[in-house]
Amino acid sequence: MSLKKYITRLSFIALFLVGILSLSNTTAAFAQDAEIPTDEAVIANGKTLFNNNCTVCHAVHEKVVGPALINVHQRRELPWLINFISNSQKVIQSGDEYAVNLYNEYSKTVMPSFDYFSEDEIVSILAYVKQESANPPSSEPAATAADGTQSAAGAAGGIGIPSEYLTLIIVGFVIVLVLILVVLILIITVLKKFINQKEGIEAEDKEYVNQKLDVGKLVKSNGFLFFVITIFTIVVVKTVIDGLYTVGVQQGYQPTQPIAFSHELHAGQYEIECQYCHTGVMISKSANIPSANICMNCHTAIKTESKEIAKIYKAIDYNPETAEYGDNVQPIEWVRIHNLPDLAYFNHSQHVNVGGIECQTCHGPIEEMAVVKQWSTLTMGWCINCHRETNVNSKGNDYYNDLVKAHDGGELKVVDIGGLECAKCHY
Amino acid sequence: MSNHQKTYWKGTEQLTNDPSFVKNADKEFPEYLPVNSNKENDNGGTSRRDFLKMMGFGIAAASLAACEAPVRKAIPYLNKPVDVDPGIANYYASTYSTGGDYASIVVKTREGRPIKIEGNKQSPITQGGVSAQVEASVLSLYDQERLVGPLKGGKAANWEDIDKDIINQLNNISASGGQIRIISNTENSPSTLKVINQFAEKFGNTEHVMYDAVSAYGIIKANESSFGVSGIPSYDFSRANVIVSFGADFLGTWLSPIEFTKQYSRTRKVSSEDKTMSRHYQFETNLSLSGANADYRTPIKPSQEGLAVAALYNEVAKLTGNSGISTTKFEFNHMAKAAKDLVATRGKSLVVSGSNDADVQILVNGINNMLGNYGTTINLNKVAYFKKGNDEQFSNFIKEANAGNIDAVIFYNSNPVYDSGMGVELEKALTKIALTVSTSDRNDETTSLVKYVAPDHHFLESWNDAEPKQGELSLVQPTISPLFKTRQAQDSFLKWSGSQVAYYDFLRSNWESSYFASQEPTFDIFWDRTLYNGVLSVSGEASEISMNTADLASSASRINKNYTATNNGMELSLYTKVSIGTGFHSNNPWLQELPDPISKATWENYASISQKMANELGIKMFEGKTSVITVTINGQTIEIPALVQPGQAEGTIGIALGYGRKKAGKVGNDIGVDAYPFVATVNGVKSYSLTKGVSIDGKGAEYQLAQTQTHQTFMGRETVIQEALLSDYKKKGWHRDFQPQIATSKGKVSPSKLTLWNGHKYNNHHWGLAIDLNSCTGCAACTVACQSENNIPVVGKAEVAMRRDMQWMRIDRYYSSNADVSDHEGLEKAAENPEVVFQPMMCQHCNNAPCETVCPVAATTHSSEGLNQMTYNRCVGTRYCANNCPYKVRRFNWFKYHDNSKFDKNTSMNNTLGKMVLNPDVTVRSRGVMEKCSMCVQRIQAGKLQAKKEKRKMEDKDATTACASACPSDAIIFGDLNNPDSSISQYLKLKNHDDEPIKEVNNERAYHVLEELRVAPNVWYMTKIRNKDKVNNEA
Repeated sequence: MSLKKYITRLSFIALFLVGILSLSNTTAAFAQDAEIPTDEAVIANGKTLFNNNCTVCHAVHEKVVGPALINVHQRRELPWLINFISNSQKVIQSGDEYAVNLYNEYSKTVMPSFDYFSEDEIVSILAYVKQESANPPSSEPAATAADGTQSAAGAAGGIGIPSEYLTLIIVGFVIVLVLILVVLILIITVLKKFINQKEGIEAEDKEYVNQKLDVGKLVKSNGFLFFVITIFTIVVVKTVIDGLYTVGVQQGYQPTQPIAFSHELHAGQYEIECQYCHTGVMISKSANIPSANICMNCHTAIKTESKEIAKIYKAIDYNPETAEYGDNVQPIEWVRIHNLPDLAYFNHSQHVNVGGIECQTCHGPIEEMAVVKQWSTLTMGWCINCHRETNVNSKGNDYYNDLVKAHDGGELKVVDIGGLECAKCHY
Repeated sequence: MSNHQKTYWKGTEQLTNDPSFVKNADKEFPEYLPVNSNKENDNGGTSRRDFLKMMGFGIAAASLAACEAPVRKAIPYLNKPVDVDPGIANYYASTYSTGGDYASIVVKTREGRPIKIEGNKQSPITQGGVSAQVEASVLSLYDQERLVGPLKGGKAANWEDIDKDIINQLNNISASGGQIRIISNTENSPSTLKVINQFAEKFGNTEHVMYDAVSAYGIIKANESSFGVSGIPSYDFSRANVIVSFGADFLGTWLSPIEFTKQYSRTRKVSSEDKTMSRHYQFETNLSLSGANADYRTPIKPSQEGLAVAALYNEVAKLTGNSGISTTKFEFNHMAKAAKDLVATRGKSLVVSGSNDADVQILVNGINNMLGNYGTTINLNKVAYFKKGNDEQFSNFIKEANAGNIDAVIFYNSNPVYDSGMGVELEKALTKIALTVSTSDRNDETTSLVKYVAPDHHFLESWNDAEPKQGELSLVQPTISPLFKTRQAQDSFLKWSGSQVAYYDFLRSNWESSYFASQEPTFDIFWDRTLYNGVLSVSGEASEISMNTADLASSASRINKNYTATNNGMELSLYTKVSIGTGFHSNNPWLQELPDPISKATWENYASISQKMANELGIKMFEGKTSVITVTINGQTIEIPALVQPGQAEGTIGIALGYGRKKAGKVGNDIGVDAYPFVATVNGVKSYSLTKGVSIDGKGAEYQLAQTQTHQTFMGRETVIQEALLSDYKKKGWHRDFQPQIATSKGKVSPSKLTLWNGHKYNNHHWGLAIDLNSCTGCAACTVACQSENNIPVVGKAEVAMRRDMQWMRIDRYYSSNADVSDHEGLEKAAENPEVVFQPMMCQHCNNAPCETVCPVAATTHSSEGLNQMTYNRCVGTRYCANNCPYKVRRFNWFKYHDNSKFDKNTSMNNTLGKMVLNPDVTVRSRGVMEKCSMCVQRIQAGKLQAKKEKRKMEDKDATTACASACPSDAIIFGDLNNPDSSISQYLKLKNHDDEPIKEVNNERAYHVLEELRVAPNVWYMTKIRNKDKVNNEA
């Protein structure tokens, strides 16, 4: 979809929604506005929570897996909403008519329980939804999208000269050099002719001027042989060393997976948070390859006819027609792409949770990969380099107080707090 | 400096100053060590051609291997359990309860497999302590030689078939009024007992016979006779100021050693604020762990034991104004003094005896009664169920079975053919029993003789409960799905008695009806809460108990008859080891390789003899080399290696039970000598000593024992062991005797003030350990905890004998003597009964580490947190570091111990099942690299990460080492020396805000081993304090 079309469509929807909004505002039977805060901090918090937890199934202005949430605060009472969000199944089981209808309408898709959210957190999500409901969808998303493209372009063009210019410049140089060569040869020919035509030159000089290049002699000369052998040796040694350095390095490793899962689609196009599937990334050493039950959160309803999804169904012995699970399960054997040697200890939560490192820093533009490949070298040199260059994410973390103090509050790189020590990764 | 210099010696060969020992004494690796065992190639190793060939092959192999990396699979859960996250450990409270040995535990699981056992601090009994056996039990779960399913006539069968057979036969037997017996060790699970009761009711004529490999039936009988309470009381050593033990190794193996160690160590903690500690007398035959910790120890023969107790009775009676008993008079060393101390602390003292003779125990009851200890240190209202075995009932069973009066027998997790002491009779009797069933986990000595085997789960796969003491309950929950097609024995009993209920439901309903008294709103909440805690206390009623003293006189007269003061014949005393115990864990290599705390011998048992007897026999012990002796016991002749054991009573030999198994598995089979046949039955109770019919018939061939402590010489060096008398310590301004000083131009200074080094800077953490030599009992729980946490291999007897043991944590045991080194006669006298010190020794994490400076590849380096780090993948194996380490704590991988069929006894690394016990956070080391204590850096890193995630400063609770967490005597304290609030900083009384790398310690007992070397370790030791009188010390 082109940006222009997108914007027009969004503004159209927005206008339409504003219309509905004004209508429903007048007809709404219960006003919850008093209870839902409009504080900006709350809304910002709600936005983060919403983006991290809800966007997989819900959008404010459109129907995804679940219903569009626009003006949901006017449709139901606040306590009902809190109950439903924290544990929808409970509400459905209690026989609440609205909930049951909703459940049936959305082909009995179970909304996971969010009982670990406090009431305030749920209210903050609703506050965000309320604000978004009031915002016509046209202007803001378009603006952010535009911002995004601009900044992306900025980032790409920011450093040095773009590569296509570089080639142009080099080609220009070559042409100029060839021209100079031609001119020089012409000059030599002209001078030769001129000297030959001149009388009274000694035979010796004449011979010197008219001498021909003896290729055979040159090839046999010691100097030439030495030169060639040296070049050859250097090339071979360089190749061998380079080759040895790549032993065990699997950069670019891109095996075919048993199921053609596309990060480009899920993380790129649909912008599903990485954490939604890789549940361990904030808490554990391993980010976790998602278990099939996470896939099924959406794929009970979405793309049920796809061949690839059918492979998941087969693995968990699920019959999409009857929506029943069997016992004949068969674990999915993914091909592991990122293999660290056993002697190295790596912990995702240390880097992502504590360090605040983006997934893309190590995994590359994963949201553009239809088939995932190993982006980085994963060598020790690569780890060490990053530890030398990266600042410690010490802000607001009391753990680092003494270390920050010891560095007089200056810049604190990972190397400064022992990030290069052996026993930080090898034990 | 004081001139009471003491002498420490590591073995008798050092004591006797054997010339060949002296020659090699200062070398770590003496010349004779056969490093290259390849005999065919002894003329000079590999040739140049071979070398080139190997080089060529190596390069070709490497380049081939580099072509394509192996495809590795990642298989996620299909349906991930909510509370399991790969990479994150889960902890479940459970209970170790085997044959009456009890510990409340917390099991660490990773990705659904148990990998480590820790103590449960919630338990009022074990209070977070564990023992070596408890720590090692997790490896038994992954024992390849466990039965994988039911057997019928020795062949694999299926459950339906054997259930049908067994039920049919039981019904037939029941219908014809036949006799059924269930034979087990002590069973203290209330729900299991209920299941067995139900079974008995269903079939009728069914008796549940309990026996114990090491029986305490004498105590139960004595209490029945004295108080009308048939059971073992609860002891509280923590309230005892004076403890007298007659052969009860309460710190090592007696009844509930973990609990008693916790209590006892509390009375041994001293500080400048509280300079009081208990006084401990021990009268015993073999030098036990308790004897080694005693302030006064008197070696007595088993034939004198009764008289010794009677002598104490009379002394105490005299001092308390009670009437004495008539007894053969004999002067026991320290007896009068013990009585005086006991009476002085009336009501706060404790007398215990390990004897299984009811008469002796009745006298002990009498002494405790005169001292008013009932109600203070002894509680009869809270009966302990650590041992419930009834020797008389078991003998009856054997008799009836041999008479052919028993029709069915079920061996419930017991192995009486091996460990009852009546194995031969039982083996014969088994052929006369129609239906024989066993629930053992392996095809052991008993199980291999029965018709049906219905193997039970390992306890880590089971649901169960336990009641180690009246009102103290404990739950067992599974921490892994059953590995094999085994079935919980209780389920088998339920099934056979026709019940359709699963044991889990049975257990729950039993708890609901018996223990749920609305402590929580619903039973489910109560159940979950109890499972989470692991333990539950329900209060019982206390009743007044008074002693019936009528039996005392008759007991005394029997003692006069059965014991004699002067027995000229040889005597035998059987005991169990801290490591192998009764032999139940024989197939556990961690325990087989665990050095005995006293003798430091691994992998077998031996006859411990005194130095005097060794001289008479002409046995010289040198670096583990000794001779086999021929011992005839009750007409049976055995050959057994002799071990010269200081402290062994004259005229006695000691042999450990639990060895010589034939069907334990490949690790435990044919190791040592089976001593169970020598367990005698006297007056209906088992007796673990023989005073008649024992003789040594001379010396045989040479023999090599594998001892771990013949590495170092510390003779006379107070810089290693420091100790003081309590009376001196109590004086104001006490300071350590030995404080090395170095002369400089500015006068003498302490070594810590001098340095050539710039010192490291520790901006955030500075890890350290403090080890209290006064509370360490030497129980070796830490050694196994370390082995389990850090994936330490087991190397086998031959390698241990070659000093290639791998345990990172060793406990050095030093005997002491007051005599001068040159005074040979004086040394010999002290050697008969030496003082003992235990010193846990691991990497000292020196601030100026000698190992770091000599490594040519910088594989061992210093961290910014004070740790001495060892990087395996950088190590090239020069072993310079080990040579330069003054503490000899570095361990070299001489071989590849994993995936190597030559080390198949290292079961945790040599089969896929055993490997499940490995800690995934710790590398398994390969051949040719050095390793050593890392101060559990993986736990430190995990703790730091936890604090970082919670955005707070790190605290004590975030990390501790495996040894500190296992220690039942809380002798090891780990923590951050830079944190003024940490318990180690406060314990060591560190100078506030001391940012120096070498901290100033103000605990007056703290010292560094080899302080004068100025390597500045991060491990402090606390001077040992002995509660002895000065006069006695000089004697």
